[in-house]
Amino acid sequence: MSTVTSFRPRTRRNVELVLLLLAVAIVLVAYLNVGLAIDGAFPPDLVRYGSGLLALALGFHLVLRWRASYADPLMLPIATLLNGLGLVMIHRLDLARHRTGSELLAPKQLMWSTLAVLIAVGVIIVLRDHRHLRRFTFTAMAVGLGMLLLPLAPGIGRNINGSRIWIGIGPLSFQPGEVAKILLVIFFAGYLVQKRDVLSLVGRRFLGIGLPRAQDLGPILIAWLASVGVLVFEKDLGSSLMFFGLFVAMLYVATERRSWIAIGMVLFCAGAYVAYLLFEHVQIRVLLWLDPFSVKGLAASSQLVTGLMGMAKGGLIGSGLGRGHPELTPFPDSDFIIPSFGEEIGLIGLFALLLLYVLLVERGLRTSLGVRDGFGKLLAVGLSFSMALQCFVVVGGVTRVIPLTGLTMPFLSYGGSSLLANWSLVAILLRISDQARRPLPEPEELAAVAAAQTQVVRLR
Amino acid sequence: MNAPIRRLSLLVALLFTTLLISTTWIQFVSAKELDNRAGNRRTLLESYSRERGAILVGGSPVATSVPSKDALKFVRTYPSARLYSQVTGYYSFIYGAGGGLEGAEDALLSGQSDKLFYRRVVDLVTGKVPSGASIELTINAKAQQAADKALGRQRGAVVALDPRTGAILAMVSHPQYDPGKLSSHNLGAVERAWKSLDADPGRPSVNRAIAGDLYPPGSTFKLVTAAAALSSGKFTEESQIPGPAALDLPQTTATLPTDDHLPCGPGNKTSLTHALEISCNSAFGWLGLQLGADQLRAQAAKFGFGDALRVPMQVTPSRIPAQLDAPSTAQSAIGQRDVRVTPLQMAMVSAAIANRGTVMRPYLVKDTRRSDLDIIDKTEPGELSQAVSPDVAAALTRMMVTVVKSGTGTAAQIRGITVAGKTGTAQTRPGRPPHAWFTAFAPADNPTIAVAVVVEDGGIAGNEAFGGKIAAPIARKVIEAVLNP
Repeated sequence: MSTVTSFRPRTRRNVELVLLLLAVAIVLVAYLNVGLAIDGAFPPDLVRYGSGLLALALGFHLVLRWRASYADPLMLPIATLLNGLGLVMIHRLDLARHRTGSELLAPKQLMWSTLAVLIAVGVIIVLRDHRHLRRFTFTAMAVGLGMLLLPLAPGIGRNINGSRIWIGIGPLSFQPGEVAKILLVIFFAGYLVQKRDVLSLVGRRFLGIGLPRAQDLGPILIAWLASVGVLVFEKDLGSSLMFFGLFVAMLYVATERRSWIAIGMVLFCAGAYVAYLLFEHVQIRVLLWLDPFSVKGLAASSQLVTGLMGMAKGGLIGSGLGRGHPELTPFPDSDFIIPSFGEEIGLIGLFALLLLYVLLVERGLRTSLGVRDGFGKLLAVGLSFSMALQCFVVVGGVTRVIPLTGLTMPFLSYGGSSLLANWSLVAILLRISDQARRPLPEPEELAAVAAAQTQVVRLR
Repeated sequence: MNAPIRRLSLLVALLFTTLLISTTWIQFVSAKELDNRAGNRRTLLESYSRERGAILVGGSPVATSVPSKDALKFVRTYPSARLYSQVTGYYSFIYGAGGGLEGAEDALLSGQSDKLFYRRVVDLVTGKVPSGASIELTINAKAQQAADKALGRQRGAVVALDPRTGAILAMVSHPQYDPGKLSSHNLGAVERAWKSLDADPGRPSVNRAIAGDLYPPGSTFKLVTAAAALSSGKFTEESQIPGPAALDLPQTTATLPTDDHLPCGPGNKTSLTHALEISCNSAFGWLGLQLGADQLRAQAAKFGFGDALRVPMQVTPSRIPAQLDAPSTAQSAIGQRDVRVTPLQMAMVSAAIANRGTVMRPYLVKDTRRSDLDIIDKTEPGELSQAVSPDVAAALTRMMVTVVKSGTGTAAQIRGITVAGKTGTAQTRPGRPPHAWFTAFAPADNPTIAVAVVVEDGGIAGNEAFGGKIAAPIARKVIEAVLNP
């Protein structure tokens, strides 16, 4: 064993601190920019908001130093930056729409951000090892599916803007699908790591592709039915595409069997086509996607077209924060926050935003490569890929790559449930990355343990 | 499990690459197309947020943007209200820029034109608020007012040109409207104004001078027939040609009668000059038959028929039917049948004769100026074609002088100035009074103005209308306004 070198990876917490300060600085400059552009004055609450954001970010950073010192140093700064920029845009739209008092969205978003960060910190503190989550595999399935289908329940389900993906209790409304996303990833990871052998090895070959046994098709069919159910009953194309895509991707990673992808794609295309033939709301979405400028398309909705015009007006460098007209587009602070950014920070700014997401997803995938246990791998890959898929569905929807669906952009869009879910998602990823990058105990240490008089069994 | 994770990473890269491409497509490749789409409120808001250039006549604005107190920083006003309505057009928040120069020169006025690129860069560097360019028109305010006043409440149009350059000195189309009502920021009132404008049977938004439904030119077209006859070399102004009370048309039992159903001269003969002087239908019908449709059409084309001009507003091309049998040729030679013209085209015919046969390209914008009135761009007069030789032009001038001196156009006489002109009375359809025409230029020996007037349905004179009585006095007023200010 003489070739083993004792390499101790660095924690990189100082890098994180510097990046975090940079992220907060960028957000404050953007906030200042909006204030100067719209009111022509130094925003009076800059210091208050700035110190609040800084306190939250530094608090999270300190908890990471304390409880997950080897966690990935890029994730927290990126999430902070995206969350902060989203806040700035929501604040900017508050000003443009002349909202006052309880109509103001930015303070609410700030409150939700605080809550979300606190919960994420809680996840880091309570969840000492991600493998503990495996115990909740089937609980996660039950709760996750329940949450996914909760909006269909009479009484609490709410139909907002044509999609039934909200639940409301009193004045509060919540999109349970966002939280269900995490729970279902946990379930998929736990289930697949257990079943991967039977799903990957048994079967016969047909046309050079290894096909699974018929009785093993059960899980994928259940996932397919659930996602078609979401599409049909909740009229939510985006969630449907995301959940099913996520499941197929994780199935593929777990089994390394390409036939699952083929089966998944065939099932999804068939389901989507049948839904297109049967349901008018799907047909309208497709029409708006293929020909939004047609008379019929414009009569159905000019939202997409207005968003496109906003992005076009932004051009390469954008109008500058506070100097465009993103408020002309319906839902400029949630589903259409990407066109809002495109208009004001231009193509260059939008590229930077998208690359932040790429980086975040890449760090997640890297974590999944690095972590040593199968459950952790599947969990990390599922969480990262769900984020990538969600970005694709949202940005692809507003830029006419795919039909427009109603999903929120992680961290940027207005919405409490989305913030809670995505901060928790990042917290779990941070926890896994801590495991992935934490060095194994030194051989000497192990040797010392082994040489000790009393036999100690180390579980880790 | 690492191999599929790596492949999945490739898929993620592919997904995001797609997004980078799609956003590039929207914000860069097709951005301009999206900006220019109808109903793009952002483009409209952007154009409102900067000072739009003024439209000037003789240095004073007929359309100008003044600061407003509302969100749309500037409001467009039209100081002369209706007088220039079809020239300026409107600039409306709801309905966009259109109806005249506001639409045709939108890029310059709004400051978006590529011609202003250098200036925009300078503005960007110096931090100056960008503004549009102003345009100075060739319009002579006195001529415009005289034409407007003389036309009065009658429907019709007046166009005056400087025959030497093609500069448009007057462009009036009645009825008019007030473009200020469309540029107001009271959007409800704007919508009401637009609806009533749209519903008005007189269609005030149409610029009859260049882009109306086109008019039959009536006898003013005899100038084209005469030009073709003289240019053919077979006829001179003294040539004796048949001028019976009614010309037998070949291939049909129909005849082409003179207006008074009397022969145009003794022995059913008349000279070419006399035929024009009294506007003899049968003589010109006979000329048309002698020349043939092709020669008529070729001569008309040389005067600018069929050209899609921009002044810079789009001018509807005047036209002669492509297929003409013999009777139609005779009728076309006197400006009936399916010959259709714009008043601008008839002014160009007179202007060409005045300008020794050379047709100048008509234009409305004299120069483009920066907001500090420095000239950026100046329109240089350009030749469009040589319609007739200088000799033929001189002969036609002599013939037109006799029309005003002792023929149908005596109402256009001005003391001390020789006016050359031609009347016209164009039948439209049975039961509807004819349109009254007059086209002229002056002074005959050194022309500085050419004018064409059309009054729809005989104007106030109704059925007794003929060009000499209704249209000629209007032309005289316009000429006087320019020559005897």
